[in-house]
Amino acid sequence: MIEYSGNLQRVVTAVVSVEQKRQASHRLAHQPAVTITHLSKAFKGIPALQKVSLTVQTGEMVALVGASGSGKSTLLRTINGLQLAEKGEVKIFDTSLQNNGQLYSKSRHLRSQVGFIFQQFNLVNRLSVLENVLIGHLSQISSFRSTFRLFTKAEKTRALAALDRVGILTQAYKRAALLSGGQQQRVAIARCLMQGAQIVLADEPIASLDPESARRVMELLVDLNQERGLTVITSLHQVQMVRFYCDRSVALREGVVQFDGRTAELDDNRLSRIYGAAAEELVQRGHAEIFSS
Amino acid sequence: MSLKRSKNGRSITSPWIAEGKKYELPISDAVLDMQGRDRTTAKQIGWQIAFIAGLLGLLYYSAVVSEIDLFELLEGGSTMGEYISRYFPPDFTDSASYLDDIIETIGMGIWGTLLAVIFAAPLAIFASANLCPVWIVQPTRRLLDAMRAINEIVFALVFVVAVGLGPFAGVMAIFVHTTGILGKLFSEAIENIEVGPIEGVRATGASKFQEILFGVIPQVIPLWISYTLYRFESNVRSATVLGIVGAGGIGVSLYQSFRSFDYTKVCAILIILIISVGLIDAGSAWLRKRFI
Ligand SMILES: Nc1ncnc2c1ncn2[C@@H]1O[C@H](COP(=O)(O)OP(=O)(O)OP(=O)(O)O)[C@@H](O)[C@H]1O
Ligand SMILES: [Mg+2]
Repeated sequence: MIEYSGNLQRVVTAVVSVEQKRQASHRLAHQPAVTITHLSKAFKGIPALQKVSLTVQTGEMVALVGASGSGKSTLLRTINGLQLAEKGEVKIFDTSLQNNGQLYSKSRHLRSQVGFIFQQFNLVNRLSVLENVLIGHLSQISSFRSTFRLFTKAEKTRALAALDRVGILTQAYKRAALLSGGQQQRVAIARCLMQGAQIVLADEPIASLDPESARRVMELLVDLNQERGLTVITSLHQVQMVRFYCDRSVALREGVVQFDGRTAELDDNRLSRIYGAAAEELVQRGHAEIFSS
Repeated sequence: MSLKRSKNGRSITSPWIAEGKKYELPISDAVLDMQGRDRTTAKQIGWQIAFIAGLLGLLYYSAVVSEIDLFELLEGGSTMGEYISRYFPPDFTDSASYLDDIIETIGMGIWGTLLAVIFAAPLAIFASANLCPVWIVQPTRRLLDAMRAINEIVFALVFVVAVGLGPFAGVMAIFVHTTGILGKLFSEAIENIEVGPIEGVRATGASKFQEILFGVIPQVIPLWISYTLYRFESNVRSATVLGIVGAGGIGVSLYQSFRSFDYTKVCAILIILIISVGLIDAGSAWLRKRFI
């Protein structure tokens, strides 16, 4: 929530600028950020995604749910081309990223618009926090500059600003490995901001975090979604998180979209149908409350 | 019921743990079914026996061909004492020139290793199956194998003919052989890295080259440094013998003293060698520790 530092003026301008940005994002709101059509993907003949079609509008915050092995990670990884699907198309802002197993030639450029957050953070442990954030800018700089890790002052300033935004500015010169899980995940988010990513894909971003860190990471994502109109697609295991933070949910079961709509409509009956035999998994993970309400 | 004491002196109160009992796990039909499908054990034991038999055979055969003979060693023992006494006392009259030679030897080790690192780093990337396609990996590995298969002495003979007598031939010999070794060690380090960070870099839209610079190199650099220092130590030792074939360094004086039966001078050289190689090993071990 807003901290009352006594500086009401600042709070007011902050609110106003958030409102302006919201309007700005609303203007874009009818442009789809991600368009997926008839996406199919199999591993050694076993289908992981089956004819998945999905459109996510700019500025949406979408949760991806489903039992373990239902294809959530696979879907997220095909959206930014880390993985190729055999069939179907992924478009980022109306430009094809992959189509029927072919990666579009400018895919690297497109990918730089899409941030990715991993469950295991995937930072480069031996580099400093700041360098990890600067990695977000690599797609814009030459091989020569990357070889000698030559970043301009402006680039470093932007990286520090990104760290400031996620609230870990003071950690900038530490080695990434020394940070706590929650801090590392925020470095990953700062890296997305450094990229200038319009879309953030997050694969169970809070599954390795303690409840308090998890809450802060989710709230950061929600804030970025609201203030910058970032499009966020995140897979989540915790149903109460989905209900709390995401208006829209997409549920997968064995690689098939079982539900796509307002989270409010994703009631317990629907959930237990989606999770099927894996419904027990939800209970064991400590989410029994969804069956009792 | 007796209470056992744990190591730190506190008694273990649960008899269950104290007696090392385990709880039962239900054994379903599915478990038994999976067990029935296990065909590996008998086969594995067969292979193990064959392996041990093969190993013993190999040891016997290599003892025969290398003429290992205990009796000969015992017979020689009596004359050995007299022979060793000819090495003492060490003759240090030429110490100054030995020191020059030692410095030359270390210089050969440094340059041979440095050139090897410069070439081994890119070759290691091409030899790593997790970074490059098989049609690049396989030829690169074969090239590294060839460099490694041939000993420095043999390379030294080749280079003495090509570039003439002197330490440069030694540097080249060390360089080529070490490239083969470091290329392989470096690529093994690369093949053991975590893929997560590389994907993290890739997901930002970075190029393949940038993935290697930022995702791979930081992960392998401590191991690479450590391997390089190990090789440097052992290259200085190798450089001491390359002089025998005329490729520079302390080996030249060593061989000349042997040929003129100056065993006391040989002894002096060996003492100086032991001390300087010992110092280098200690120094590089100290450096290595600082990088890990
Ligand atoms: N690299 C791979 N090789 C082979 N099979 C894979 C690979 N990646 C995923 N799969 C398979 O594809 C299916 C979907 O996996 P995916 O990781 O997308 O599920 P998920 O919904 O993310 O599960 P979780 O909640 O456990 O992370 C699973 O059956 C999985 O075993
Ligand atoms: Mg997953």
